[in-house]
Amino acid sequence: MIKTVFEPAIPSRPTYGVLTPGVGSAHLFVADGEGADAVCDLFAQGEGLKASSHIIYIPGANGCDRSAALQALGVPQFHRSPSFAAAQSRLAKVLADAHMGLQVYAAGTEGLMAQVAAAAQHAGLPYEAVQMEHRGSLARRVQCVHCKGVTENVTLDPFVCSHCGLSLFVRDHFSRRLAAFQGVNIDAEDPGLVPASVERFK
Amino acid sequence: MSVGAPKIPVVVAEVVEVNDLIKRFRFVRRDGGAMPVFSGGAHVVVEMDDHGVRRMNPYSLMSHPADTMGYEISVRRDEAGRGGSLYMHRHVKPGMEMVLSQPVNLFPLDARAKKHLMIAGGIGITPFVAQMAQVEAMGGRFELHYSVRSPVLGAYVEHLKAHYGPRVHVYHDEHGEKIDLQTLLKSQPLGTHIYACGPKGMIAWVHATAKAMGWPDRAVHSEEFLAPPVGQAFEVQLAASGKSITVQPNQSLLEAIEAAGVEAPYLCRGGACGQCETNVLRCDGHIEHNDHWLTDEQKATNTKIMPCVSRFRGTALILDR
Amino acid sequence: MSLDFNDETFRGDFTFKNSAKAIKRFPFPFPEDSYMYSVNMEPHVPGPVGSVFEHMFDVDEHYVSEMRDRAQVLADDPLRCQSLPHMELAGWDLLELIMESKARDYPHWFSLTKDGNQWHWVNRPLQIEQKFTFLDASTLPYGPMEYITRQTQGDFTLQDQRDDDLWIEAGMVTTQADWSLDFDIGMSFKQWHAPVPLAHQMGIFDRALKFLLKLQHGAPVRRFNWTMTVDPLLDTSPENYPKWGPGKTTMTPQTIGHRQHLRVELQTLHRLPRSNAIAFPIRCYLIRFEELVTVPKWARRLHRVVRDIPDELATYKGFLRNKPLMLEYLAPFDDGQPTSPGFAPE
Repeated sequence: MIKTVFEPAIPSRPTYGVLTPGVGSAHLFVADGEGADAVCDLFAQGEGLKASSHIIYIPGANGCDRSAALQALGVPQFHRSPSFAAAQSRLAKVLADAHMGLQVYAAGTEGLMAQVAAAAQHAGLPYEAVQMEHRGSLARRVQCVHCKGVTENVTLDPFVCSHCGLSLFVRDHFSRRLAAFQGVNIDAEDPGLVPASVERFK
Repeated sequence: MSVGAPKIPVVVAEVVEVNDLIKRFRFVRRDGGAMPVFSGGAHVVVEMDDHGVRRMNPYSLMSHPADTMGYEISVRRDEAGRGGSLYMHRHVKPGMEMVLSQPVNLFPLDARAKKHLMIAGGIGITPFVAQMAQVEAMGGRFELHYSVRSPVLGAYVEHLKAHYGPRVHVYHDEHGEKIDLQTLLKSQPLGTHIYACGPKGMIAWVHATAKAMGWPDRAVHSEEFLAPPVGQAFEVQLAASGKSITVQPNQSLLEAIEAAGVEAPYLCRGGACGQCETNVLRCDGHIEHNDHWLTDEQKATNTKIMPCVSRFRGTALILDR
Repeated sequence: MSLDFNDETFRGDFTFKNSAKAIKRFPFPFPEDSYMYSVNMEPHVPGPVGSVFEHMFDVDEHYVSEMRDRAQVLADDPLRCQSLPHMELAGWDLLELIMESKARDYPHWFSLTKDGNQWHWVNRPLQIEQKFTFLDASTLPYGPMEYITRQTQGDFTLQDQRDDDLWIEAGMVTTQADWSLDFDIGMSFKQWHAPVPLAHQMGIFDRALKFLLKLQHGAPVRRFNWTMTVDPLLDTSPENYPKWGPGKTTMTPQTIGHRQHLRVELQTLHRLPRSNAIAFPIRCYLIRFEELVTVPKWARRLHRVVRDIPDELATYKGFLRNKPLMLEYLAPFDDGQPTSPGFAPE
């Protein structure tokens, strides 16, 4: 089992645990990439949740696709989505129809987990009620504080905003509402003086 | 006093006997001015001069939060208590001058909730009366499930049914009626919040049932004001003010500190808010921790005490006060 | 514009300046010769006549021009004012608090008349007259928080209280010291303070949060915060950092007295009655170094504060780069004499 160990960070940065079978009337799983392994590990602990589970899975941006393993779990509802954006209306509908007692689990990259938790919170669940387990890539989802555009799967720091083209450094400051880290222009005071990018988030 | 909010000098405008156990009191300002508006769930601390003994009891406000002409509370008579409710029942009459604290809300509704599910037992109905009025005015969704011992003791049932119709559900213990909590909790839309107020056992039952059905802790709220329990007298040394005091059997430690002329902060006087938390410098004996504030670990170390509800048995207790 | 209010700008040609009267009443934030974080809250009770504490909400000579600058910031970026849906009631609480305070404290400028929920508001300096129904947002041109904070100096945030925490869930933020409402809205108390160095480890936020959760209606409190700003910019937002950042690099010994400003925030905190939320007005006062050094005690003390501040704090406050220039400018005003305790000029 690959558990991610995070450095201690500032208090806005979320922390993650290990998915454990919750008590409830229905169980909704959303995972991307290697997050599928966390879901499989949970089901390996017992079959109890199986009859009332719904899994939405998005293959990782790094190519990791564990659809087959998840499908083999044999839950009543399994949906493979090419992207989180494509899955969003399904997720919103499932949450809107749900009742209290629903357990929500998110596994995979930080961006995916944060977007699932934000959707659950929007539907009325407390943010803390969503179980999260990090697996796979440490690539970040970053909002440019200047143009407001979000760049997915950022591995470099600094990086170039995919919307406005400014060079941004990536802060640890994290917005649960936006499901994103904050990117701030690195050469605002000295235009053109941009340090070399390093791969900080593999 | 707590954080310096001015107290409200009032006169008793009305005393109504609601049933054998409950009286309702209405207060208006002595200067004829407006009361502050408040949020549903707020309480005030009523100061009483009980024949030389100063009593300060918290009561939930049950008047309409937008009614600035006066405040209303309901008091259930507690024969075994320390005497505050008996004083209110026996001695408080229209025209009497009293003093109230500013409203403080330790039992607020979650404004984000898609629906408010209120569960009341007995006198625990009072905060909900104000909350329902506020939610109704804002167009929110709510449902009340209210258990009472008998139809005769069902305070405000007729009023609430007349106002809110089918959103009010009443259960009579005497007739063996009980809230079917499991069925109720199974069918609530995502985003529902539960609020429970009533006897200790009922609150514990609501929390345990909701948890077992997968409700997150943060969607289940409760308020239980503890009346400071009576007990044996005990001695306390107050290190910062250099005083030794005796806490009488029907007096709380906080009241004894105040009676000695020592300033001590408070808000709820019921073991819930944490404001009166006091450091224990020495404890030779056993602290009876009766509050909901300190963690079990903190309680075990005997380094802090909540003087509004907790007591002591032993040879020496020294407080940093 | 009337004699009461300056006609000035906080951008472009930067014509902002303080009158002699405004310098005298400036809220100098250092009670001693050094600075470190502290909770430093005190009751927000009326202060001396003429001081910035005289009234609940200070209205000064910059009022009309500051409101014009705010309108421009909002036109350029409407996201500077946001309110999550459940915060509307808190917005009404804030509107009531401000209208009642201003009508009481400045009756020659503002008036409020009520007939039940039918309210009539007059703001003479901004030439606004509005009849509306209290608690009915459809009778105002903006939501209640935006409506009243377009007419009130200083930034505002509204904090919902739940789960033993405070959640920043509405705000009007156009005169900020480099933080983004759009990014921070929805955060808990410790989350939105996360980028502040040192203070978490010192337990500052634990103590402040514990205090604020118990804040009572009718007993507001206040504290100061401060930073440094080059040119009299109200809007030092992260959003516009690429626009104002380069200005920090072009200061010289010749221009520093005129361009460098001490930026003081008078922060007050008020429990709101209907919503149980907390209103957090953050009022910004600017003073240029050449104005500040006309008060000998302030000049001496500011020199010592800047000299001794840890680099980590100077970096966070964004003036490490110009610290040597500041010290060079301020040093001649520091004759080594002791300063008296407290904020006041000697």
